[in-house]
Amino acid sequence: MRIAVVATCLGDALFPQAPIATVELLERLGHEVVFPADQTCCGQMHVNTGYLDAALPVVRHHVEVFGQAFDAGVDAVVAPSGSCVGCVRHQHAMVARRAGDEGLARAAEQGAERTYELSELLVDVLGVTDVGAYYPHRVTYHPTCHSLRMLRVGDKPLQLLRAVRGLELVELADAEVCCGFGGTFAVKNAETSTAMLADKMAAVLSSKAEVCTAGDSSCLMHIGGGLSRLRSGVRTVHLAEILASTDRDDRSADIVFDRAEVRP
Amino acid sequence: MTGHGRAAERSRTIELGMPTPASDPHRHLRGTEGFPAAAHRALADTQLRRNLGHATRTIRAKRAGVVAELDDWEELRRAGEAIKADTMARLPELLVQFEERVTARGGVVHWARDAEEANRIVVDLVRGTGADEVVKVKSMATQETGLNEALEAAGVAALETDLAELIVQLSHDRPSHFLVPAIHRNRAEIREIFLREMPDVDPDLTDEPRRLAMAARAHLRKRFLAAKVGISGVNFAVADTGTLSVVESEGNGRMCLTLPDTLITVMGVEKLVPTWSDLEVFLQLLPRSSTGERMNPYTSTWAGVTPGDGPQAFHLVLLDNGRSNVLADAQGRQALHCIRCSACLNVCPVYERTGGHAYGSIYPGPIGAVLSPQLTGIDGPHDVNATLPFASSLCGACFDACPVRIDIPSMLVQQRAAAVDAHTRRTGQDVAMAAAAIAMTTPGRFKLAERALGVGRVLAGRKGRISTLPWPLSGWSNARDLPAPPAETFRQWWARTHGGT
Repeated sequence: MRIAVVATCLGDALFPQAPIATVELLERLGHEVVFPADQTCCGQMHVNTGYLDAALPVVRHHVEVFGQAFDAGVDAVVAPSGSCVGCVRHQHAMVARRAGDEGLARAAEQGAERTYELSELLVDVLGVTDVGAYYPHRVTYHPTCHSLRMLRVGDKPLQLLRAVRGLELVELADAEVCCGFGGTFAVKNAETSTAMLADKMAAVLSSKAEVCTAGDSSCLMHIGGGLSRLRSGVRTVHLAEILASTDRDDRSADIVFDRAEVRP
Repeated sequence: MTGHGRAAERSRTIELGMPTPASDPHRHLRGTEGFPAAAHRALADTQLRRNLGHATRTIRAKRAGVVAELDDWEELRRAGEAIKADTMARLPELLVQFEERVTARGGVVHWARDAEEANRIVVDLVRGTGADEVVKVKSMATQETGLNEALEAAGVAALETDLAELIVQLSHDRPSHFLVPAIHRNRAEIREIFLREMPDVDPDLTDEPRRLAMAARAHLRKRFLAAKVGISGVNFAVADTGTLSVVESEGNGRMCLTLPDTLITVMGVEKLVPTWSDLEVFLQLLPRSSTGERMNPYTSTWAGVTPGDGPQAFHLVLLDNGRSNVLADAQGRQALHCIRCSACLNVCPVYERTGGHAYGSIYPGPIGAVLSPQLTGIDGPHDVNATLPFASSLCGACFDACPVRIDIPSMLVQQRAAAVDAHTRRTGQDVAMAAAAIAMTTPGRFKLAERALGVGRVLAGRKGRISTLPWPLSGWSNARDLPAPPAETFRQWWARTHGGT
């Protein structure tokens, strides 16, 4: 299958290990991965902060870039992010219709039909749950809100994690409760966001996991940022990185919140 | 009210160049400070946090249990949604039909444009009876209009008879939840309120729930028997029969609805359902969603007046108070579908931590965050209600819990857009968002912007992480680290490993 990857703006700039792992995983599974280089951002930050007019050109850009990829023979588009795919699937057409651009709305809907979050692509489209990964760590999974309630990915990520050799999967208490990120909410209502984070961190810590994983770098930035601040000894790792890990490609050395070795 | 809040209110009024109103006509739908400031105090109140955490967790578990018992729950939700959508699509005709039926059965219908008009009608009606005290069924509509204050100003004492509402009234507090207005209080606090505020209370009162309920019962019973006027709200009103209904747990509502000579009911116009059989859907949805019960203990229905039985005078006040404006917005009108079950409050991680008072309006939680700013309108860039749609992480738990499938997350986004549209001059955030949109539609600029992130690596220094950021990003870094930007972006990695770009 020919698959175009959405790096996501956050993944491209701040957490490249997630889209890199997505590319390497899909290539290992025998697929051709392309990266439409003109891509930027899905527009989620604008939409969810109420800037629906400003979001319009961003949405149009995304729809055009990936529309060209489909025209060039791409079968599916994948993003290692539940919330970005949620924005593509549930908000792009709304933004276009609100601006009276029915053509863009239809193009957005067509593109959205073949745009998948990573666990959806693997389980539903590619029909694989055992991706041949090896990850010998104690891991707990946080189902991010947009994966859970916008995309309804259900237990697909857990099916994938259960098939990873060496991985000890432990349950997260109150897993379905939001971690408190919420995009600009984390800054506009920083104190409420922090209060939510405190409970999520307590659940992660009481699971005695070494790694907290999820399908969205943004939520992991939030949970991981809190765990790092407290020097909790627990880290956050994107689901794609775990699935990309093999016994010959151990990724556990890259600890996101300790990049002292990458000084400029 | 804080001094800061008053100052904010004044500055808003001055900026609009309008005469200073004696008080905001929407003062029960709009607080005096924005959500973040109000939440700041609530989050620090450890007793409140404990009480709310315990209460919402308990109700959530009960609701989940009784909802799971029904295999047609999703069909019921869709039926509730469809009935409400149909009602709103033809609300004017249905209201006229309803008025005819109520009148035919001996009721008197009054129409009130706003809170002030509704209060004036009720005060005049009560005065006409010569009563100086009324007993009240718990009602959100009369909270919204501030009826109790209006009655008090006219020399009429209004006694709240719902146990939790009574606790709120005795403690001179404000309700913080639709269903459990005293959810922010625990047993020990309630005991103290009763000892302090209830005349003739047993000084040896304990905080055992049964003892507290008995004290309230003794306090209320003689007032029920003496009351000449009862005042209620409505859960559902049936257009084709002229029937009204109140759904409750304690039976105190039924006392108010049946014992006084005069009954006055204040009803938001959106409470209508077209037919009697529609109640079948809502009487299943409401108790399971609100109290987590299969059926509520008391469901009272009445229509007009029955000679020799119950109140001999019945007045119905139909309240608009902004609802027509909400109805006019095709997307926003979904907020009028709300049946005030409070399921969205109980599942909301924001509400659970801040409580209802932080929202300022008497309609708190996710539904309040989309309903209140629509009822009041957003009155310029400094309107505190413009902060409400942002009081959510958009986690979506409210939609899943809503018994009539109100798409609250999408409505929050729409109301955020309305708040942004109310900016009269460009804010720092407006500028940043516009700049980001330009970078995000010009790939060359986007790459440049990414390179600028290299500054972050200098900020991170030897620690490998960023722990302090300037305002407003300090909101993040006060509690959370940020990783140092990577040595290589994804697109650089792609170019190195796959070529091109």
